[in-house]
Amino acid sequence: MNFSPVNIMGTMPEIYLTVLGCLLFLMEPFVPAKKRSLLGVFAIFSLVFAMIATFGLNGKGLPLYQGLYIVDPFSNFFKTVIYLGTIITILFSLPYLEKEEIHLGEYYGFLLFAAVGMMIMVSAGDLITLFLGIELMSLCLYVLVGLKRNSNRSVEASFKYFLLGAFAAAIFLYGISLLYGASGTETLSGLAQFVANPGALRPMVLAGMILTMVGFAFKVSAAPFHMWTPDVYEGAPTVVTGFMASVGKVAAFGVFLRVFWVAFSANRDHWSLLIITAAILSMIVGNIVALVQTNIKRMLAYSSIGHAGYAVIALLNPSRDSLFALMFYMFAYLFMTLGAFGIILILRRKGIEAEEISDFVGLNKKNPMAAFLMLIFMFSLAGIPPFGGFLAKFYVFMAAVHAGYTWLAVVGVLLSAVGAYYYIRVVMAMYMKDPVEPVEFMPNRMEGMALFVTAGMTVLLGVFPLPFVHYIETSLAILVP
Amino acid sequence: MTFLSVPILTFLIFFPVVASLLILPFYKKPGTEGVVKWTALGITVIEFLVSLSLLIGNNPHLYQMQFVENHLWIPFGNIHYALGIDGISLVLVLMTTFLMPMTILTSWVGISKNLPLFMINLLVLEGAMIGVFCATDFVLFYVFWEAMLIPMYLIIGVWGGPNRIYAAIKFFLYTLAGSLLLLVAIIALYFVGGHTFDIARLSGQHYGMSFQILAFLAMFVAFAVKIPMFPFHTWLPDAHVEAPTAGSVILASIMLKMGAYGFLRFSLPMFPDASHFFAPMILTLSVIAIIWGAFMALAQEDMKKLIAYSSVSHMGVVTLGIFVANTQGIEGALMQMLNHGITTGALFLCIGVLYDRSHSRQLSEYGGLAKQMPVYSTLLVIFALSSLALPGTNSFVGEFLVLIGSFKTHAVVSSLATTGVILSAMYLLYLLSRVVWGVYTPKSYAMPDLRAYEWGSLIPLVVMVIVIGILPNPVLSLFHQSVAHLVGQMQPAPLALLHN
Repeated sequence: MNFSPVNIMGTMPEIYLTVLGCLLFLMEPFVPAKKRSLLGVFAIFSLVFAMIATFGLNGKGLPLYQGLYIVDPFSNFFKTVIYLGTIITILFSLPYLEKEEIHLGEYYGFLLFAAVGMMIMVSAGDLITLFLGIELMSLCLYVLVGLKRNSNRSVEASFKYFLLGAFAAAIFLYGISLLYGASGTETLSGLAQFVANPGALRPMVLAGMILTMVGFAFKVSAAPFHMWTPDVYEGAPTVVTGFMASVGKVAAFGVFLRVFWVAFSANRDHWSLLIITAAILSMIVGNIVALVQTNIKRMLAYSSIGHAGYAVIALLNPSRDSLFALMFYMFAYLFMTLGAFGIILILRRKGIEAEEISDFVGLNKKNPMAAFLMLIFMFSLAGIPPFGGFLAKFYVFMAAVHAGYTWLAVVGVLLSAVGAYYYIRVVMAMYMKDPVEPVEFMPNRMEGMALFVTAGMTVLLGVFPLPFVHYIETSLAILVP
Repeated sequence: MTFLSVPILTFLIFFPVVASLLILPFYKKPGTEGVVKWTALGITVIEFLVSLSLLIGNNPHLYQMQFVENHLWIPFGNIHYALGIDGISLVLVLMTTFLMPMTILTSWVGISKNLPLFMINLLVLEGAMIGVFCATDFVLFYVFWEAMLIPMYLIIGVWGGPNRIYAAIKFFLYTLAGSLLLLVAIIALYFVGGHTFDIARLSGQHYGMSFQILAFLAMFVAFAVKIPMFPFHTWLPDAHVEAPTAGSVILASIMLKMGAYGFLRFSLPMFPDASHFFAPMILTLSVIAIIWGAFMALAQEDMKKLIAYSSVSHMGVVTLGIFVANTQGIEGALMQMLNHGITTGALFLCIGVLYDRSHSRQLSEYGGLAKQMPVYSTLLVIFALSSLALPGTNSFVGEFLVLIGSFKTHAVVSSLATTGVILSAMYLLYLLSRVVWGVYTPKSYAMPDLRAYEWGSLIPLVVMVIVIGILPNPVLSLFHQSVAHLVGQMQPAPLALLHN
């Protein structure tokens, strides 16, 4: 490995965040319990700092460290999304952790390390680097999910996530080893060359490819590898759920896309059927099982499975359309999901988090602003214009039709009509019924800011997406042939 | 082109939306209902007056889009913010702006809870509905088309009757499920029609027959649910009955027209061959709707349900006119759309007047109102006669044209549809005999005659009923050129093009 200045400079954002994260851990004992929120502010500044560094690297597709690490506009786009998502998460965390009495300084350190893991994932040019990134992210998330140490649900969720996650990691690693055994390389470009060569499609490569796909499907919670999602989303502290559901998923999609488009694009015919199966299963499971949920966190978990189904459609055909569709989807999905979880974590009934759909009954009477924001997120998640979720779905279906999968788009729209029911059920509860039990909704300034940003972006992405479309278009130039 | 260098269509779409923010400061402030109502009324009246300038600036001798605005909205996928109106959209836009003040007036006392939110919803809805009629980019059209569902869902679900939640969800899901297939059709058209969403450019082409049939069917579901055509109509009686009066008026008068507008704007010019291919089926469904809707209306005890089923019947006349696809048929259909908007809207307003007093819509509750409420009864009789297409009222013109148009090519269909006219006379006269005539039974509540705001909402409609009935030509001339152009586009393609 060559630690030349170019390599070091290229990975500066990751280095910053790692160092500052370590610093956070060191500072934690010296900060009095009442001033822990300063650590959160410190974490926000670290992220802003790293974001500036990333903007400074206007990435020309540099393979760093002999191709182990890639810094290109594509990875920088995903990194920017990761920064934004993490910052919004921290804004939500500060008051939430206070109220839940789990305000530990380490929390922010783990959050930063998870973000670093995600950044490594989306920049990985090599399957081992990729694995390191995934594990760094996952280990931090296991801890964060179990943050509420005295809640059975949280600990159970953490344990479940850990066990299944370890399983998935093992499967993924096994896939990598098979690929390495067949091809003798684990860099993406090397694999691409190997796969493109006509005699290469030995069962070993196919098996390795399928096993890595299972690992990714687990991370993006696409059916049939979604089983962990509802339990973990329900049990985890809501702010962590929001983080996993939005930022974690965005990063996983980024790397899923890069591996399959760069390394395995030559044998697309062999895996497109698997992707289609995963897409249809996820859309069915996500949209139909969500109909019967009464806990809103569980409902959003199934909704996120459904959204994974829509997003994987965009993986089918390596083209500009699909790449744009996936990136736009991730961008819009981040804000609407974070916002929806934000509303849930601010809403309280008798001081306890209100996470049943019945807690939203009559919210409009008590707090019209909260109800209106939730309405925006719900309609956006359902894909109704004029919100960002609509354009996201629109571009995914457009990519599907362009790739010749019109029937898949038809299946998708029909299932999204089914799915619309459970989103508008929340709106119905908020607006059309009279309140039974009083709930309180008192966001402080930070939460207010985070809600303003998420709701504002959700609307802006549907009404005036021009600047973001430009940004995404400049970011996708390199990956597509 | 813009009128007086103001982008007038953009103004018409966004003025009510933006101006509705004026109501926001009065949210949850008791005692400010008056201000809220007058502000909303003022906004809709200004909107109507501004929309009249379309009439002045419009050149009726052109079939092309006028007042065109075109800006790139989203570069990826070449989506434009493109607006424009021709004669067909012009009358529908004017009808919308004309009816909106009435819907505010009819909510003057009927809406008691959360009035500001109700008015905001109405105003946002107005903007979206005008957007539907003005959009000349397919994606923009779809955005308005779906966005409309949100305020309407709230209007039915929050301010509706006892079974409102069921009705609101049924309305929302039905329309959404129909529209989503339209979305796939729009995307497919983009790739087949040369990477554009521009409606005019998509219309001028000849697509292969199998594509035409699939895309036509996908659009057909969306528009047929909205109209609603016979097997797709089941959401309508629920939504009408449960919605507050203003909601029923908007649904019946404006939203139902959007399905028919969709057929005229998209299905016929884009897929002429598929339209000819499916015409027999649609004509059959239209005749079924006309007769079956009328029979259902005859059997109703609830006045709103009666008028709702009569809408199914009357909209059957519209689809009949559209799919005979000759000039008289389509012009008649457009006239019928306009007149149904005025007359049925007025009938719903009349029911609202009674409902505000007695909180009942059952026919058995009323009788002998002619003595008690003479002015009201007179107006109700006029609207009912208009609805049954009495010569001299507006509806006569439309139905007559449609029947002539259809008789030329489909004599059997036309004769069957004529029975609808007779049946409509039956149920409307039955309605009148139960409500207006008969013996007045004293009630525990007062039944005063029309109040000032009710005068305000009904008198303009009476004027329109009579004026259009006597002088239909100025209205017909507005869309004559556009219809002629449309009929020209409907000529069957040369055989060679069909089999590409």
